[in-house]
Amino acid sequence: MTENNGKIKKMMIILSKASLENVYAAFVLANGARMEGIEAELFFTFFGLEAINKKKMDSLHIATVGNPAMHMPTMIGGLPGMEALATTMMKKEMEKVDMPEVPEFLDILYASGVKMWACKLAFDMFHYKEEDLYEGVDDIITVSDFYKRSEGEGVHMLFI
Amino acid sequence: MEKTIAGKIITVNEEGYLTDFSQWDENVGTELASEANIDLTPRHWEVLKYLQKEQQNQVALSIRRVGKSGVVDIKEFYSLFPNAPLKTSTKIAGIPKPASCI
Repeated sequence: MTENNGKIKKMMIILSKASLENVYAAFVLANGARMEGIEAELFFTFFGLEAINKKKMDSLHIATVGNPAMHMPTMIGGLPGMEALATTMMKKEMEKVDMPEVPEFLDILYASGVKMWACKLAFDMFHYKEEDLYEGVDDIITVSDFYKRSEGEGVHMLFI
Repeated sequence: MEKTIAGKIITVNEEGYLTDFSQWDENVGTELASEANIDLTPRHWEVLKYLQKEQQNQVALSIRRVGKSGVVDIKEFYSLFPNAPLKTSTKIAGIPKPASCI
């Protein structure tokens, strides 16, 4: 425990999926870091970009297929409307524990000083335009830029 | 454990939060703030009074709730109480540390 006395100074969180459960995991961890006085940065890559896409962020879903924690047969989970139903039910529970919806959560993170980066490779691959992105996104950067930002003592990196 | 602050003996837990709000007064708050390197301005006091009122009404405090309070927005909250605003402000206000993840 010599490095920085073992203290976490900064969390670098990479979000690569846009199912609601993954997006919330990344957001809660980033927000929780700021609440503890720890710096936090989010790197949105691959499907994770949907969480900062203004047109898509409102309609992210819980994964009902291939998610063993749903405790439903895969065939049922794949039925039309199933993801929407599970998502609606889950959102009600989330509101009860004061969990904001994705756009509001992004505003909270932005106001809390969380840095947000869009991955250039994924941005180009999915033919995104800058105006597609949430206004609080700092920039579109490469993996190399992100590693550069992660240098230093007490910096932890997390892939979700 | 006991601690002498602003000429007064107060009881705090191991994280430094007051365990008995009746021991709190503005001098104690000012002193606790200076321990956190914060000089309290009228804006700080508005926020602290709001937090105490919420605690009195047994409202669970969270960053989101403070941001929606109409008293202070999240950005200003972070600038008034840098680093860990909810933890720092509640300690200064003499109320328990919120157990919120949001």
